[in-house]
Amino acid sequence: MADKLKLGLYWAASCGGCEIAIVELREKILDLDAAADILFWPCAMDFKYKDVEAMPDGHMDVCLFNGAIRTSENEEIAHLLRAKSKVLVAFGSCAHEGCIPGLANLFDRQSIFARAYLEVPTVDNPEGILPQTSFQVPEGEITIPRFYNTVKTLDQVEDVDYYVPGCPPQAPQIWAVIEAILGGELPPKGSVVGASPNKTVCDECKHNREEKRIKKFYRPHEIIPDHETCLFDQGIICSGPATRAGCGALCTQVDMPCRGCYGPAPGVIDQGAALLSAVASVVDADTEEEAARIIGEVVDPAGTFYRFGLPASLLHRRKLETRD
Amino acid sequence: MAEFEPRIVGFLCNWCTYAAADTAGVSRMAQPPNVDVIRVMCTGRVDPVFILKAFAEGADGVIVSGCHPPGDCHYQEGNFKTFRRMPLVEMLLQQYGIEKGRFHWGWISGAEAPKWAQLVRDFTEQVRELGPLNWKQQIESKE
Repeated sequence: MADKLKLGLYWAASCGGCEIAIVELREKILDLDAAADILFWPCAMDFKYKDVEAMPDGHMDVCLFNGAIRTSENEEIAHLLRAKSKVLVAFGSCAHEGCIPGLANLFDRQSIFARAYLEVPTVDNPEGILPQTSFQVPEGEITIPRFYNTVKTLDQVEDVDYYVPGCPPQAPQIWAVIEAILGGELPPKGSVVGASPNKTVCDECKHNREEKRIKKFYRPHEIIPDHETCLFDQGIICSGPATRAGCGALCTQVDMPCRGCYGPAPGVIDQGAALLSAVASVVDADTEEEAARIIGEVVDPAGTFYRFGLPASLLHRRKLETRD
Repeated sequence: MAEFEPRIVGFLCNWCTYAAADTAGVSRMAQPPNVDVIRVMCTGRVDPVFILKAFAEGADGVIVSGCHPPGDCHYQEGNFKTFRRMPLVEMLLQQYGIEKGRFHWGWISGAEAPKWAQLVRDFTEQVRELGPLNWKQQIESKE
């Protein structure tokens, strides 16, 4: 029997949900363990960066990298894991397109620090201390990684071979990807794997679509949706039309609108722009005034349309006012 | 430093504003050369991606202009799509921190060439006041 697959897993700026998703493989995790040696998985096992640094280049067969690039540490480890892995996979929405941490791109370092360390009512920081990348103590200098102004996707700092979308990726899809790797059936570089190559969430959704005409938009907490009718038809903004299929339309099954975590539908350049068009197209208004009134009720367009993909969008972030 | 010359992208519908811009040019109406005109068949065809991409690739301002609603549209309701979509684009651009004055959308019929020339003059000055947007540089920023 050939050598076992050498696998690495990493988390950068992420919530840990991608790690949970791997544990969600349940008993198949034993099959994974039988087929692969895990060389690096900081969330679950005791490894140090120096263990990875000691490996020869290209030593790991596959690295599943979850999390966005928020700090200089995230970027440094991305470069390191790229060098040590034959195949680098952007695993999960954060690494793929920035995800929820990427919404911080509507702000910058200065405003995030001010909020997190000074303004939040539960913070007690009378001296107004903010994180410093380096600090002198009697024993010498101590350093922490630099917090970037902008959250980046993995492929904005390193060369990525494949993308597995989802927040988090669904366990059956993860297993399909692992099986493909074990079987040596790798698709062309740059492919999005573990998701549909040509469908949107609407194609997997069981709700009935009719011609949409909306006089009023509702946020999910403002309405009890009907179980049969398309959520969009009911005035709930649903990312389904702009989002790649692959999750099995989990959210809409329980009458929650799709939030868009599987990323742009195949062929879509900018998920938010596609969703914006979809939303505008259902507005039932024949005058400019009425259209403006209905559209004006959409709360937080950027956060709604780019909930999972702001760093990967055409504009990446809000305009930076200060450059320090 | 050379004086800043705004780069403006104008998406004009074939049937109304493009005709107006054409007439304005042929009639030699005074207007600055800062607007790069892209002719589209209808402003209802202007995907928000066009606008975002223009800004991402270096435009300092964007104009979308077509036929007056209701009734002027060559396709009857194409401009309805425009006025349902553009307020949302405006809100989005504001969240991106792109000043209101960098984006204009509206209506200029084929018979309103002087109105087009006036818009080009006013809008160019307005964007000049706002200064360069330089989105590319921001995207290439190392952190």
